[in-house]
Amino acid sequence: MTALSPGLSPESATRAAGPGRSAVRRFAGALHRRPRLRLAALLTAPLLWLVLAYLGSLAALFLSAFWSTDTFTSEVVRIWTSQNFEELVSSPVYRTVALRTVGVALAVTALCVVIAFPLAFYTARVAHPRRRPLFVVALLMPLWAGYLVKVYAWRLILSEGGPLDWALRPLGLSGPGYGLTATVVVLTYLWLPYMVLPIHTALAQLPDNLLNASADLGAKSWRTFVSVVLPMVWPAVAAGSVFTFSLSLGDYITVQIVGGKTQLIGNLVYSNVTLNLPLAAALGTVPVAVIVVYLLAVRRSGALRSL
Amino acid sequence: MNLSRPARIALRTAAGLGFAAIYLPLLLVLLGSLNPDRSASWPPPGLTLDWWAAAWDNEGARAALWTSVQAGLAATAVALVLGTLIAFAVQRYSFFGREAVSFAVVLPIALPGIVTGIALNSAFSTVLEPLGVGLGMFTVVVGHATFCIVVVFNNVVARLRRLPGSYEEAAMDLGAHTFRVFWDITFPLLRSALLAGGLLAFALSFDEIVVTTFTAGPGVQTLPVWIFNNMTRPQQAPVVNVVAAALVLLSVIPIYAAQRLSSDTPGGGRV
Repeated sequence: MTALSPGLSPESATRAAGPGRSAVRRFAGALHRRPRLRLAALLTAPLLWLVLAYLGSLAALFLSAFWSTDTFTSEVVRIWTSQNFEELVSSPVYRTVALRTVGVALAVTALCVVIAFPLAFYTARVAHPRRRPLFVVALLMPLWAGYLVKVYAWRLILSEGGPLDWALRPLGLSGPGYGLTATVVVLTYLWLPYMVLPIHTALAQLPDNLLNASADLGAKSWRTFVSVVLPMVWPAVAAGSVFTFSLSLGDYITVQIVGGKTQLIGNLVYSNVTLNLPLAAALGTVPVAVIVVYLLAVRRSGALRSL
Repeated sequence: MNLSRPARIALRTAAGLGFAAIYLPLLLVLLGSLNPDRSASWPPPGLTLDWWAAAWDNEGARAALWTSVQAGLAATAVALVLGTLIAFAVQRYSFFGREAVSFAVVLPIALPGIVTGIALNSAFSTVLEPLGVGLGMFTVVVGHATFCIVVVFNNVVARLRRLPGSYEEAAMDLGAHTFRVFWDITFPLLRSALLAGGLLAFALSFDEIVVTTFTAGPGVQTLPVWIFNNMTRPQQAPVVNVVAAALVLLSVIPIYAAQRLSSDTPGGGRV
């Protein structure tokens, strides 16, 4: 074996690699001359993935919203019908739940704005510049702590005889327990970072000379805030609201954990998946439609460009 | 901005309250994991680390952690490749449907998880199961990768936008071919963006419960699914407490890493 190995070393190795290398070079050259081919090479795999694995199944799902289910066997019957959507519109239960879901999403978004603004304003403009990076980390940290961990924390806090009840007992009060209020509180807690971060970024990027100019022209802080700061930060608020709104609209896990008997659209979709997929699909179009309308409404503020 | 003293104090108070509201629940989880009482009564009668040892010995939690890590790594790998490819296509070429492509990438996280979940679920069970591929690890990875692509895409697009084309042109002038340029010039410049994107993708996958619920077969249990299944079982309460507390502590790592990654100069030579 040892006698053979010298024959295989450097020289023959380079000779063997020689044609291989030039093949790579030729291939690279061919690609270089054909930009269309390069583009196709870049796009084929990801588009196949997105179209086959994702858009295909989405399309199939929305198609199945027009099918129905055999009430005896729970088998999907592939006959075109608008029955699911008629049920959706006519049934008072679905209407109530849909309205409640939109209400919860709006309340969560409003609460997030109210809590996020002072936080972001303080960390971006009031805190000592040297301490600001630390505050940014402090704002980011809860984003990484995990969805379920946070919901779990609130499950403990809101539990009967838990920390909240314990803290309120001396005042003769008790916590809200599990229910609609708990759902709104927990969803606000969950999505707050999605609102704080864009507002913080916008406020931090606000040029000082605009504020100085406003002060030079005689505006007091409140006037500057309303006439200069708010209009500049508005797109960031809208961008944050896209997250807080659409994440609230689709949630069902939080509702299951701290919502008590509360039902949102997500829960209705979830409870219908195994027994009546077409109905679940039809119900699923509701949040999607609401989000699309919301996105179109928000697009005019230029928020989507700062997402 | 020149704020009056009361305004300053009001803002400071509001921010203080905000931070308290953010961190108190997380601190309570940490405290809860040290509660010696099995039923997690409040206030805790004492402090103990016993449950941490018990949690470490819990087979179910350990298996779930391992599953989550595997799924996260696989999904991140797929997302890194696909996200980078699309980022190059969208950033370097103008073609018909470019807007549609970048929209399709964002869609999986823009739409509610449950819609993505049931869409994948019904597609997998109608298409893959007849082929003998049941719901399991593979389908979880496909589901996770689909919504992870966007974070890699965003990071790489942002970096490419700031990269001067002159480095690549210089390399080409010196005779380097396309792949050589990518490997020696472009890739090193992208590396920290890829790391940041990969980190986010892994975290996203690690945290995902809805898509996992719908794409995992009965045998595959990720950590969030395990927590969810055990949350309401009084028997498991102490272990769930410890797992939750451990996740709160571990979340410091990605923050630190992300901070390090974002601090290096975009397109700088030292990566």
